[in-house]
Amino acid sequence: MSRQANRTTDSKKMNSELFTLTYGALVTQLCKDYENDEEVNKQLDKMGYNIGVRLIEDFLARSNIGRCQDFRETADVIAKVAFKMYLGITPSVTNWSPAGDEFSLILENNPLVDFVELPDNHSTLIYSNLLVGVLRGALEMVQMAVDVRFAQDTLRGDNVTEIRMKFIKRIEENLPAGDE
Amino acid sequence: MADEVLFEFLHMEIVSHVYKEQQSRKGELDGKDRSACVSILEGMGFRVGQGLIERLTKDSPSFKDELDIMKFICKDFWTKVFRRQVDNLRTNHQGTYVLQDNTFALLTQLSTGKQYLDQAPKYLAYSCGVVRGALSNLGLDSVVTAEVSTMPSCKFQVVIQKL
Repeated sequence: MSRQANRTTDSKKMNSELFTLTYGALVTQLCKDYENDEEVNKQLDKMGYNIGVRLIEDFLARSNIGRCQDFRETADVIAKVAFKMYLGITPSVTNWSPAGDEFSLILENNPLVDFVELPDNHSTLIYSNLLVGVLRGALEMVQMAVDVRFAQDTLRGDNVTEIRMKFIKRIEENLPAGDE
Repeated sequence: MADEVLFEFLHMEIVSHVYKEQQSRKGELDGKDRSACVSILEGMGFRVGQGLIERLTKDSPSFKDELDIMKFICKDFWTKVFRRQVDNLRTNHQGTYVLQDNTFALLTQLSTGKQYLDQAPKYLAYSCGVVRGALSNLGLDSVVTAEVSTMPSCKFQVVIQKL
């Protein structure tokens, strides 16, 4: 009977723990597979990209959001809708460049690093680099080439986690020859 | 629930990474390499299962016996991890348990039927590890295997290792 009480714990919460721990297991495995952190970062980015190109479909289908008019709107959608939906957090959007083609996402608490401490010998590892790939991949599927990178990371001693995003260009839709 | 999609995609990437990694080392994959892949995935799941069960049971009273533990796994643990209860639990009362899940979360996206049946082991190894890890931290040494005859239904066989 007493065990019944535990069942009220939010099941979504547990799921994100499963996700966080699984992600940790992946990073551990990658560190075993590859010699240096650079290579691990690259792999995480690649896997993130693969996830992003598929995740965007899920996102568009569920969020009912149409085409963004400008990069500011894109930033808002990413921070307020997408991050909320998939990671349950809302990063703040700051540090706009004067041209409006570059901004930062500030993550107060990054769910991917919940139970993580980086050992000293992995100082160049960008633990959450998967996110970079996800963002890049997803935006590429909506015709935006964007440069994404971690500018700061609490795991490496910074005060906040900051993801810097820079709009590069709009990708032209290439219709196959002969198609209207 | 949104997280689950993210987890599913991540899981798929992990599976494909492990297999690609093995392939890049060996070229062609034979049966032995495939089982090496399965055991890597299982190992990853094992550690995760250990972590999950620690967090899940921190407020629960201690268990009476082995069956009590298995019931906990089938109900609470399964609900938290795979979002539904196990449909059927069978045991021979000698340490062998069969947990049947008729719509297993990680298989529902793959197929309903016998197509891709040969691919099923890759997508179950991780989960087997999670279950084994959970049991291990509850004090039960076990061997967990999975068997699929028609997707997305799946049977997990847990054999408790007596000391």
